[in-house]
Amino acid sequence: MKLYCLSGHPTLPCNVLKFKSTTIMLDCGLDMTSTLNFLPLPLVQSPRLTNLPGWSLKDGSAFLDKELKECSGHVFVDSVPEFCLPETELIDLSTVDVILISNYHCMMALPYITEHTGFTGTVYATEPTVQIGRLLMEELVNFIERVPKAQSASLWKNKDIQRLLPSPLKDAVEVSTWRRCYTMQEVNSALSKIQLVGYSQKIELFGAVQVTPLSSGYALGSSNWIIQSHYEKVSYVSGSSLLTTHPQPMDQASLKNSDVLVLTGLTQIPTANPDGMVGEFCSNLALTVRNGGNVLVPCYPSGVIYDLLECLYQYIDSAGLSSVPLYFISPVANSSLEFSQIFAEWYVSVFLYEFCLIQDIQAVRTKIICLFLTPEEANCNRLLQPLWERVWVRVCCACEDSRTEHEGAVSLNWPQTPYLIQTNKLKHYPSIHGDFSNDFRQPCVVFTGHPSLRFGDVVHFMELWGKSSLNTVIFTEPDFSYLEALAPYQPLAMKCIYCPIDTRLNFIQVSKLLKEVQPLHVVCPEQYTQPPPAQSHRTDLVIDCQPPATSYRRAEVLTLPFKRRYEKIEIMPELADSLVPMEIKPGISLATVSAVLHTKDNKHVLQPPPRPTPPPSGKKRKRVSDDVPDCKAVKPLLSGSIPVEQFVQTLEKHGFSDIKVEDTAKGHIVLLQEAETLIQIEEDSTHIICDNDEMLRVRLRDLVLKFLQKF
Amino acid sequence: MDHECARLLPAVCAVLADPRQPVADDTCLEKLLDWFKTVTEAESSLLLLQENPCLVELLSHVPNLQDVSSGVLSFSLRLAGIFAAQEDCFQYLQQVELLPGLFGAAGPLGQAVWAIPTVRSGWIQGLRSLAQHPSALCFLADHGAVDTIFSLQGDASLFVASAAGQLLVHILALSMEGRAEGHTCPQGGDWPMCAQKIVGHIEESLCSTDTPRVTQALNVLTTTFGRCQSLWTEVLWEQLSPLVARLLERDPVPAPHPLMDLLLCVARSPVLSSLDRGPWETAAQALSCLGPTQAGALALGVLKLQLCPQALRTQAFGVLLQPLACVLKATAQAPGLPGLLDGTSEDPAVVDALLSSKSSCAGLLCRTLAHLEELQPLPQRPSPWPQAPLLRAAVTILCLCDGSAAPSSSVGGRLCGTLAGCVRVQRAALDFLGTLSQGTGPQEQVTQVFAILLECLERPDSSPTVLKKAFQATLRWLLSSAGTPSCSGLGPRAALFLPELFPVLQKRLCNPCWEVRDSALEFLTHLSRHWGGQADFRHLLLQSEVPELTRQLLQDPESYVRASAVTAMGELSSRGLHGTLTNPEHPEAQQSLLPEFLHILSADSEGFPRRAVMQVFTEWLRGGHADVARDTERFVATVLQVVSQDLDWEVRAQGLELALVFLGQMLGQPGPHCPYTVALPKAVPASPLAEALGALCRVRLFEFAFRALFDCDRPVAQKSCDLLLFLRDKTTPYSSLWEAGGSPDSASVEAALQRWQAGEQGQPLGDLEPEAMLAALRSIDLEGLRGTLAQGSDHVEKSPQSLLRDMLATVGVLQENQADCY
Repeated sequence: MKLYCLSGHPTLPCNVLKFKSTTIMLDCGLDMTSTLNFLPLPLVQSPRLTNLPGWSLKDGSAFLDKELKECSGHVFVDSVPEFCLPETELIDLSTVDVILISNYHCMMALPYITEHTGFTGTVYATEPTVQIGRLLMEELVNFIERVPKAQSASLWKNKDIQRLLPSPLKDAVEVSTWRRCYTMQEVNSALSKIQLVGYSQKIELFGAVQVTPLSSGYALGSSNWIIQSHYEKVSYVSGSSLLTTHPQPMDQASLKNSDVLVLTGLTQIPTANPDGMVGEFCSNLALTVRNGGNVLVPCYPSGVIYDLLECLYQYIDSAGLSSVPLYFISPVANSSLEFSQIFAEWYVSVFLYEFCLIQDIQAVRTKIICLFLTPEEANCNRLLQPLWERVWVRVCCACEDSRTEHEGAVSLNWPQTPYLIQTNKLKHYPSIHGDFSNDFRQPCVVFTGHPSLRFGDVVHFMELWGKSSLNTVIFTEPDFSYLEALAPYQPLAMKCIYCPIDTRLNFIQVSKLLKEVQPLHVVCPEQYTQPPPAQSHRTDLVIDCQPPATSYRRAEVLTLPFKRRYEKIEIMPELADSLVPMEIKPGISLATVSAVLHTKDNKHVLQPPPRPTPPPSGKKRKRVSDDVPDCKAVKPLLSGSIPVEQFVQTLEKHGFSDIKVEDTAKGHIVLLQEAETLIQIEEDSTHIICDNDEMLRVRLRDLVLKFLQKF
Repeated sequence: MDHECARLLPAVCAVLADPRQPVADDTCLEKLLDWFKTVTEAESSLLLLQENPCLVELLSHVPNLQDVSSGVLSFSLRLAGIFAAQEDCFQYLQQVELLPGLFGAAGPLGQAVWAIPTVRSGWIQGLRSLAQHPSALCFLADHGAVDTIFSLQGDASLFVASAAGQLLVHILALSMEGRAEGHTCPQGGDWPMCAQKIVGHIEESLCSTDTPRVTQALNVLTTTFGRCQSLWTEVLWEQLSPLVARLLERDPVPAPHPLMDLLLCVARSPVLSSLDRGPWETAAQALSCLGPTQAGALALGVLKLQLCPQALRTQAFGVLLQPLACVLKATAQAPGLPGLLDGTSEDPAVVDALLSSKSSCAGLLCRTLAHLEELQPLPQRPSPWPQAPLLRAAVTILCLCDGSAAPSSSVGGRLCGTLAGCVRVQRAALDFLGTLSQGTGPQEQVTQVFAILLECLERPDSSPTVLKKAFQATLRWLLSSAGTPSCSGLGPRAALFLPELFPVLQKRLCNPCWEVRDSALEFLTHLSRHWGGQADFRHLLLQSEVPELTRQLLQDPESYVRASAVTAMGELSSRGLHGTLTNPEHPEAQQSLLPEFLHILSADSEGFPRRAVMQVFTEWLRGGHADVARDTERFVATVLQVVSQDLDWEVRAQGLELALVFLGQMLGQPGPHCPYTVALPKAVPASPLAEALGALCRVRLFEFAFRALFDCDRPVAQKSCDLLLFLRDKTTPYSSLWEAGGSPDSASVEAALQRWQAGEQGQPLGDLEPEAMLAALRSIDLEGLRGTLAQGSDHVEKSPQSLLRDMLATVGVLQENQADCY
């Protein structure tokens, strides 16, 4: 069993598992931090960006000044942003049978894999994952395609030139493999290869292994996977969360008894708790808006944004900010909000279904839709409250470790976003062009992408608001270093607040999980086996398990530390009927089997051997399938052990004298000095060594056999 | 005993002795016992029994009953004990051979009922009451009661076990009574048999390998030494101290907590601590034998003693400081800084406790910090007090908790991993840090303290409870750094710190977590109370958005926050700091808060904000706040009118407080509250009095107070009564001037009062003249009312007659029910 590690990013993994003649890709994450090396793509012509000086080498040669621009001491590539793909050379990706996706953030490299490597397999993912994944891809393509850039820089990628560049360009890895963004056509083609699955659904792969998605509690539709055969079980844990921001809790029990557990996607900010960060977010937002400033929240069009909106819904009224408009700008804003409503409704019905034992889910669904469409909020709250209390009880049971720890998060469960839209507090637009410019009022709060600050509408707001210290940009997505993201906007007067919200497992939760699940081996990215570089003293920020976890890094191939020992074989009933087991020890019976082993589609069957056919009468042409294996007469099998003392006595009875017994490491040697013969008795073999005296050998053999059972 | 009770008693005894008539409520038996205790304290028990033969009958009858309830049996045992406490009565009960049937082998002791804890408890309590005289000791000896008590020490019921221990102590003391009155005390061998027996039992227990037995013996000794200071206790200690010391040689030390209690008890006893074989040596031994988690409490106890050998104090302080010394050593950044306990070797047990697990580490540190916090303000605390290393230790622990410490040693690294994010230790360290503000520290250390406090307040991760502690500690350090309260400036430290603090405070006032907003408001209130008059502070505050944010919080969805916001705004407003100033020269240009507060008082659905408003209003009236002073009468009238409708009694009581302040301002301050002080009536000149009374009528203070007099909540009525008494005393000297009795007005007032007293809400009094009010005031028996109000609400029902009647009535009801059934 081997694991090919194609990505070095711990939260955007891409690994390939070879297991029982199947090749399974686990996630397909796209590392977008490479875009931080590029200049932002402004939606509206930006004189500041256009007029940035070109960069020249120390010796004054300026041949790169068209490709590289300098801004406040940092050098950026002036070109269409490019992404760092998973390794494509480590393994022939056309041999990949299936791709398992665990959440919508971990599928962004899918078009690169499915469209350009000869991939012919199937992709498996849950419905919310695919729908939201599509939105993320669509937004990304839209952001990049709507600002066409004539220039494409490639000179700087030359290895000899790259060496001369300043950091971080100098240290960027495998720049030659960086690729531009895919097209919408490629996205559609890639998504068409996905087959939808539901939690706990069992999917057979070629009869060899079974894969099952489990709820991972991190995001809408997020899952962990179990890959198992009859005797082996591999668990793949990707982004998971015990915080109940999303009502489907993490399924931990199904991860038990794993031989190998591949652990990825832990929180990127292990020292910050999400509740504290949400608090920080709200306070800073309130302070800015109160002073007449605007708040910019760079974000993805799904995920954390919903938690923030839910939280803001409760907060803005209490903070006296009801009149402040919230804008959500994204090419997919409309679809995303629709999904949030569909899924909120979906969740409530799932809960009713699961916890209230109402069988007619359709009726429940209709009822919930009615409730959601009731214009009177208070009424709606009152009706749903008992239901949510029951859900809350359930959530408490699911996360026994700390009630208070979850309390804040659970309050976010209440799906408020529909009310925000209904009451016109949250308005959404596909872009800054069009209706938005008519409705735009300041001070306001804008949620928009992309969190890298390199493309999307956020670039415009950075340029627009960056000069005033009244405004604030609040970073909530943990994927990008905020300092690097801000680098091309320097000098910046706007306040910057970093409150990354990452609800994925932290190290304390992981160690609890591992204690409970007890896998035989843990495999994880190397980043999880040593404290973060900036906090080298925090020895608590590593995975702590026994035996120590095996770590991997990009482009490494791991031989997983366990061997397959058993295979399941079926016996045909008529063959089983013919067997006559013999009890050789209490509870253990044996029977010899003569049969033909058929192996097809990774299933093994023992069938009765064909009867010896009469010699061919005619001169018919023999067909290959008629080949009958030779059935030789079966020698009896022996079992049992030889008690040395009794054996010696028997020898003496039969006239052998001068017998010596020597103990060896593996058994005994019986020495018949007179006969110049040696009998070597070991656990699984007995040798009679005598000098060409066949008679003597046969005599001794028969004496030995007396002590053994035959069958 | 009065006649009525004596008449009811036989029936009650008959009910108790009748198993078919179960007593429904056990509490009435307790009340009955309490009553008998009071009766026997006043009268002769013997006489009581002779006059009420039903009692003896009850006591002799109950133990022989088959189906008697355990409650009644226990009651009888205790009742017999109460009677037998008087020696003549004891003799009488012996004569009628009643006691052996209750307390001897023939009694419940040998029966199945003994398995019920209530019965065993009654037996012990009965004996405890009985054992008051030498005859009782003989009785105990004759019936082998002491052996039974020994066995009850290990009873499954903790109440029984504890009572058995107490009883042993009592018997020991009783048997030794009068023996040690001279200067010499007989040695153990000459002691009475009973005492010898008990001491022998204790000795045996102390040598036992069974920890519960050791615990029992130690508890008996602790109680004995705590209660008796007679000379014989010296002999007892001398005899037993080697055995106690030997306990410390065992591994593990059995019953460490009771042992510590005993040692501290002996050390506190002036008789025992002065002995040659005093507790000091054993205490020293205990300090070195006990584990770090147990020794801390002993060390604290030792250090709190007034008199104690210096060597032991030094040792104890060392034990107490050990965990912090370890932390400092493990995290030492720069060598050369004096640590704690330099030169002594590190206790491996302490390091072990710190590193073994998160809970053990947190437990040890929290206890240590709490002990040191308790010690810090005491006059007998060790001197010199290691202020600087302790400050460093507190700061280091906080750094370890928030993950900002970067220790180089491996122990430090592990501590860092263990303590990171440990809220419990963080809170304890902040409390301790706050306490340390009472001492001084080197400049750079104080800077560090402020830095770590700011860090705590700023961190988004800080939990609400940690933040609250951080605010409290910050306040203490700010106040201590400013020097004396009269000091005019902020002090250089605070002046540097405050500009950094206000942005944090602003952020915290906007926090979505209400606890955080609440702590921030409380902090602000304290801060402005101390520094509201200080120019630099005012400047900084008014430049910030804090006043505006605070005002916003008056509409907070959480009632506690609204209440704190009211208090904070009230405080700010008293000092002219409640709004952003357009012109600092004219604080009156700020928008008045009065209408907003009145709105809260009349409209807020929760009690806390309304109470807070009333407190602020009272303060404003007392302090002559500009908004109030503009038209005080109108202010008081409006407030009283709103408050009189309030459903919360605390708000109404606070209304009376405000009325009292107003009265004080009109008529002179009320006298001291102490009822034993004779206050000379301060005469108020007649003409201003007329004016004042007119004002009181205009604000309808009389009506408010009269209504409150009949309030359904007693505290309100009491307060009103006090207020009216004060008012009457103030006006009495001039009563002749107000002879208006019999006027139609006063009659209508009196009629209204009667209606109110009867519970009717009734119509308001309307505009009435002071004469009518004073007449009404004189017509009420305020003293009588005060007396009635001072009595508990159940004073009528508490009488023994009603108790006896109730018991009979309950049985009657039961019988009726039975009759209904058949």
